[in-house]
Amino acid sequence: MVAKFDLTDDSVVVVIGTGAGGGVLSNELAQKGVKVVALEAGGRYLPEDYINDEWESFGQLAWTDPRTTSGDWRVAKDFSGLPAWIVKAVGGTTTHWAGASIRFQEHEWKALSTYGPVEGANLLDWPIDGEEMAPWYEKAEAKLGVTRTGDRAGLPGNNNFKVFEKGAKALGYTEVHTGRMAINSADYDDRMACQQTGFCFQGCKWGAKWSAAYTDIPRGEATGNLEVRDHAHVARILHDETGKVTGVEYFDKDGNLQLQKARIVCVAGNSFESPRLLLNSASEMFPNGLANSSDQVGRNYMRHTTGSVYAVFDKPVRMWRGTTMAGIVQDEARHDPERGFVGGYELETLSLGIPFMAAFLNPGGWGRSFTTALDSYENMAGMWIVGEDMPQATNRVTLSDVKDKYGLPVANVNFSDHPNDVAMRNHAYKQGMAMYEAVGATRTFPTPPYPSTHNLGTNRMSEKPEDGVCNKWGQTHDIANLFISDGSQFTTGAAENPTLTIVALAIRQADFISREMAAGTI
Amino acid sequence: MSKIERQGLTRRALLARSVAAGALVVTGAGFLAAPDAAWAMEVSVISEHQMATLLQMARDIYPHDKVADQFYAIAVKGYDAEDKKALVEEGVAALDAAAQAAGHADYVSMGWEEDRVQILQAMEDSGFFQTVRGGLVTGLYNQKDVWPIFGYEGESFSKGGYIERGFDDINWL
Repeated sequence: MVAKFDLTDDSVVVVIGTGAGGGVLSNELAQKGVKVVALEAGGRYLPEDYINDEWESFGQLAWTDPRTTSGDWRVAKDFSGLPAWIVKAVGGTTTHWAGASIRFQEHEWKALSTYGPVEGANLLDWPIDGEEMAPWYEKAEAKLGVTRTGDRAGLPGNNNFKVFEKGAKALGYTEVHTGRMAINSADYDDRMACQQTGFCFQGCKWGAKWSAAYTDIPRGEATGNLEVRDHAHVARILHDETGKVTGVEYFDKDGNLQLQKARIVCVAGNSFESPRLLLNSASEMFPNGLANSSDQVGRNYMRHTTGSVYAVFDKPVRMWRGTTMAGIVQDEARHDPERGFVGGYELETLSLGIPFMAAFLNPGGWGRSFTTALDSYENMAGMWIVGEDMPQATNRVTLSDVKDKYGLPVANVNFSDHPNDVAMRNHAYKQGMAMYEAVGATRTFPTPPYPSTHNLGTNRMSEKPEDGVCNKWGQTHDIANLFISDGSQFTTGAAENPTLTIVALAIRQADFISREMAAGTI
Repeated sequence: MSKIERQGLTRRALLARSVAAGALVVTGAGFLAAPDAAWAMEVSVISEHQMATLLQMARDIYPHDKVADQFYAIAVKGYDAEDKKALVEEGVAALDAAAQAAGHADYVSMGWEEDRVQILQAMEDSGFFQTVRGGLVTGLYNQKDVWPIFGYEGESFSKGGYIERGFDDINWL
């Protein structure tokens, strides 16, 4: 039943990447009868392949192809070749994500109008809003089986959540619960309920967490309209003399260069690889890269204002047991400039095992200050900060001098915090530490950001072509049959974990593309 | 008595220290090895003194009083290799020179951890220090046998997760 399309078939839609954006888009198009070739750089792994071991799983799933970094963010010093912790596999980072699925708040679609101009920031309103997105969010929540939406119950709280919840309530926070999670609290959509195993980041071996790898991808393939080619590393998007894209060159699993013709190309390689591909596709007609007449390709890279707070107590917590991120405080997600910054942040439970804790608690740290923290690992609780960061024109993905094994320039990721990001992070550290101190923490650790998992904004959506790369449908302003289908189309980042919004946009984009194809406009 | 013996890092001394940890076996008169042969002080490329210094340095960088020497030895055994020899020679010589400048025979002879740590702090930016420290992050903490010492339970899927094994058993809140 799995389709096989000819390289010369120029009636297909080529989707590059199979994660939350590309994986969902591929399936949604296939369900509507559109023929799709999805090209995925990584391999195929299913729940039986996932590994309950942090480093071994990292070796299996993570994107570890070379990238370079610059800017004053600490990741550039501590993890200079690893700006992101994201996945190279069929299903993309939906294998690794924690499952937190929350909608943008109404005002976050209109950051510039709401916050006003912020010096040094390149803020802009999205060309869409909450009302327009509401029905697509509803479809996305049903697809992912998000708890606390529809009639789906919340997950039970684990030890880490109970400490977090008690601290939050002691501070007077009221919006505290086990999250809206794409992790089943009861059997749903042929996937079983969460078994509180931990290791959400390593791929859910029960399939209780939604991942495109074992939902949208096989369902799309079952229609006979979707062919997924794994180990297909895309090198370049080609175009004709009219400026329309015509196909995609990629290296296949044997390292041979192939050319797949296409009627439409959708780019969903994540916020590093998508702009890198557009820049690497520069031609005589488009010397600055495809869809880059605005010079915005690669700019406005956002990674959320993150950080963690860990704390140790005089008694055991065993935070690693159970769902990693089923716990949230939303009281600080509001926009309230009285706090000294615009936008807001969420606090979410988080835990790492000993191997990753050693690597990430205080990268480069050593000596007894560091080791006594780990000595109390069993008594440790943890949370993650995720807040809106400011888009900045100079935070950007460019082509590096370093080349990958195919000879293609890799992405350089330049990032420096905006003062608003720093003020927000410091506020969140203070609140997070206060939460734990209210429960009797004997020591707290304001932990720096990890390599980024939320990578956003490098091909942003804009009303006007001069302000961004794509329009409200993700269609590039410059090239009608070239689409952006991942988190790189985010105009601003909002405070929420981005996957639900990426999925909602992909469902909506599939609807648009199939409609326009039927009308013969693209 | 050789210098190594005076430093308490002979086979016999190590045996005495490690028998307490219950992990070493005597394989012959005067020889010892870890059960999986992962740790023996039989070094072939670098000297015993250099290995002893690396072991002490590893303990000083990531000191865990509950973690026995054998785990640190496993973490640094890879330095007994031709391609690491120059790095180790230079690095250990620098540690010993700094110790001697402070009035000690060499680095491992320094009695107090805080004195040794001062020497390490002064060379914190060196390639030698950063290589050894960076290697320990995985070399020490990614040993599955070390995890239980910290209470970490590791893999849980094969046991059915924690849904019936205490994911919410906290009782002191």
